[in-house]
Amino acid sequence: MEEIKPQLIKITFDGIEVEVEPGTTIMQAARKIAEADESQGYLVPPAMCYYKPLPTSGGKCRACLVRVAAGSAKDPRPMPKLVPSCITQVQEGMIVENTTNDAVLDTRKSIVEFLLINHPLDCPVCDQAGECHLQDFSFEHGSAKTRYEEERRTFEKIDIGPFVQLHMTRCILCYRCVYTADQITNKRVHGVMNRGDASEISTYIEKAIDNDFSGNVIDVCPVGALTDKTYRFKSRVWFSKPVDAHCDCEKCSGKVTLWYRGDEVIRVTARKNIWGEVNEFICNTCRFERKKTSDWTIEGPTKVKRSSVISANKYRKDLIAKPDFALKLAATQFKPIDDEREYTTDIETVRHQSIENNDKANHRSLLPQNNN
Amino acid sequence: MAKKILTEHINVPGIETFEVYRKQGGYTAVEKAIKTMTPEEVVEEAKKSGIRGRGGAGFPMGMKWGFLAKPEGVPRYLVCNADESEPGTFKDHHLMKCIPHLLIEGMIVSSFALGANKSFIYVRGELMYVIRILEKAIEEAKANGFLGKNILGSGYDLELVVQPGGGAYICGEETALLESLEGKRGNPRNKPPFPAVKGLYQSPTVVNNVESISNMPWVINNGGDAYAAIGIGRSTGTKLISASGHIQKPGVYEIELGVSVDEFLNSDEYCGGIRKGHHLKALVAGGSSVPILPAHLITKTAAGEDRLMSYESLSDGGFATGTMLGSGGFIVFDETACIVRNTWNFSRFYHHESCGQCSPCREGTGWMEKVLHRIEHGHGSMHDIDLLVDVAKKIEGNTICPLGDAAAWPVASAIRHFRDEFEWHITNPHEASQPGAVFMGAVLA
Repeated sequence: MEEIKPQLIKITFDGIEVEVEPGTTIMQAARKIAEADESQGYLVPPAMCYYKPLPTSGGKCRACLVRVAAGSAKDPRPMPKLVPSCITQVQEGMIVENTTNDAVLDTRKSIVEFLLINHPLDCPVCDQAGECHLQDFSFEHGSAKTRYEEERRTFEKIDIGPFVQLHMTRCILCYRCVYTADQITNKRVHGVMNRGDASEISTYIEKAIDNDFSGNVIDVCPVGALTDKTYRFKSRVWFSKPVDAHCDCEKCSGKVTLWYRGDEVIRVTARKNIWGEVNEFICNTCRFERKKTSDWTIEGPTKVKRSSVISANKYRKDLIAKPDFALKLAATQFKPIDDEREYTTDIETVRHQSIENNDKANHRSLLPQNNN
Repeated sequence: MAKKILTEHINVPGIETFEVYRKQGGYTAVEKAIKTMTPEEVVEEAKKSGIRGRGGAGFPMGMKWGFLAKPEGVPRYLVCNADESEPGTFKDHHLMKCIPHLLIEGMIVSSFALGANKSFIYVRGELMYVIRILEKAIEEAKANGFLGKNILGSGYDLELVVQPGGGAYICGEETALLESLEGKRGNPRNKPPFPAVKGLYQSPTVVNNVESISNMPWVINNGGDAYAAIGIGRSTGTKLISASGHIQKPGVYEIELGVSVDEFLNSDEYCGGIRKGHHLKALVAGGSSVPILPAHLITKTAAGEDRLMSYESLSDGGFATGTMLGSGGFIVFDETACIVRNTWNFSRFYHHESCGQCSPCREGTGWMEKVLHRIEHGHGSMHDIDLLVDVAKKIEGNTICPLGDAAAWPVASAIRHFRDEFEWHITNPHEASQPGAVFMGAVLA
């Protein structure tokens, strides 16, 4: 029997033609291109808030803005503004410009800047470092310097339960954890309070988030705002080794990734696809309580992109041993950094500059607050 | 005396009661529409009138009504946007407070035209006493058979609900308003889908401003063509302007669109000129979010033509030398006003009112406010000015709703037209941050 296929829609994304089903978003069309040809991965717009397993997410971070040079074959006028590719549906004959348009790249650079002005640069002590979407995003599109001289926004720490650590200062308000609680748990007890740059993820009067699937907010969080308390400060992700495993779980699919350090399981997460999205959400028992190898049936090493720090080529001892390995690795990672600052190697000047910068920062923090 | 549509009877004593309003010819539009017209004919009159949305965007109301999807078995809603919170705009407040039945009559006619059986008036939360006035008026209208089941024996039902908002500026954006009305956090929605297709409770919805709806009774009574004859070009009808600032007679004035800015500013009928002994420095013509204009571009356009109070004339020259009619918040500054301080004040408002949903607006509004605060208080540097221009440019057009644009325009335009004053603040930090500083021969307040 022949399968009845819906009529496909043809669009042009950065000069590449792709056929997708009606109702597909521009982002999904771009991902389709990259899935067919891995070398085109750089074409895909970055997503900080959009998360495919969570319907209705997206449209908030504006990182994926693209230009639509022609709306459709019927109406080939360009769209007046840049559109969020994660929620804009394709039309027959649509022409989309992403990496080929300077205005798009310029806007993307400013989105990194906006996201980073209030984000603490505490990656060295952040558990998310190495698998942080904001790190990747700023590495790909950001600038090495900041124009922000003001005091950064900080929040009081609140306790939201025994398993999940909320570090609100790092939050970029993508709303993913709110959608997760809405869509895969029975009752949402956390949400966004206040507004503007004072808005924060919080529970009502520090109520603990307590249900069987609450741990999934850790997996969906693109930054280190929600981290695993049982894994806190135990290891850096690139020192641990991910292994696919499963178990018979009555609550969830039981398909997980175990993160080993030596012989010890230090963390359990859901399995993620190449876009960093969870394939199947897992329950808290699997995530927080089954931390022995004997609880699991091991399937084999998790496939990790070679460019990822997580892979760090742990699995190919023969490759690492080759003399030109380091050079080759460096060549795949090399990217010119956008930094026009003059630099000096004179130690006295460097010392003087850093004192000056410190003074400047201290001076700012002593300024009267903006409420007079 | 210019034509008055909305404020004709506003000074009649007791006009807020049903009896007096009825004696002045009130509710005849409801009788005419429901008894003698079909809903399509009412929509047709609105289209003919050419009336444009009075909330700020100026989108033709009849066209908006025409977009309303009409699927079978799905209710349709009319929502009146009375969440007027733009700094400098206070026309709807005045209208609802003084002559509440005009809005209610307009709501009945418009709901009939759109086939809505339940309509909402979303009033700004700070205006509790106005909400009570409206609720009393609705009770009176219901008691007299103009609201409720089977209006005037026609078989048409309409329930009118007054909903107080929580006092957030963002809830004046139509999709945020709908979210708030549904009982959720007032975050604007991504568009499409537009409210005309999926609005309140996922049903087709029209959101109109108080002033737009209040014009409908007159349009029904006198015909759309008669309305279109008032005004100039595509700016038809009259407009309420809320004038404030350094003028002799601040207040709400109804003008025929097409009156010259010079006449509005200086004639005794309207603002009565700048306060004695001072002269005009700058003008914000349509509420705090529209670009500010310097004195030489206010009464004449860059091409040397007279500037008129109309949608087209005020936006003549684009944002380089023009502005927008917006919501009609006419704020006048004389030479004692410090533009930097004023821009900081506007910026502070947008920082406070940003919903925090999308990153450019959430982070950018706060950034601009902090930089402006620094410049105003004598801690700025020259590159801060270019930084502000750049941040404003990066916010504009990249956000979900127009609040980002509204936050960026005043800053960008203030620097465009008053860059020297910003520079003076930076080169004379100590002097500029004190009251009584003298800039270009004028003492700043």
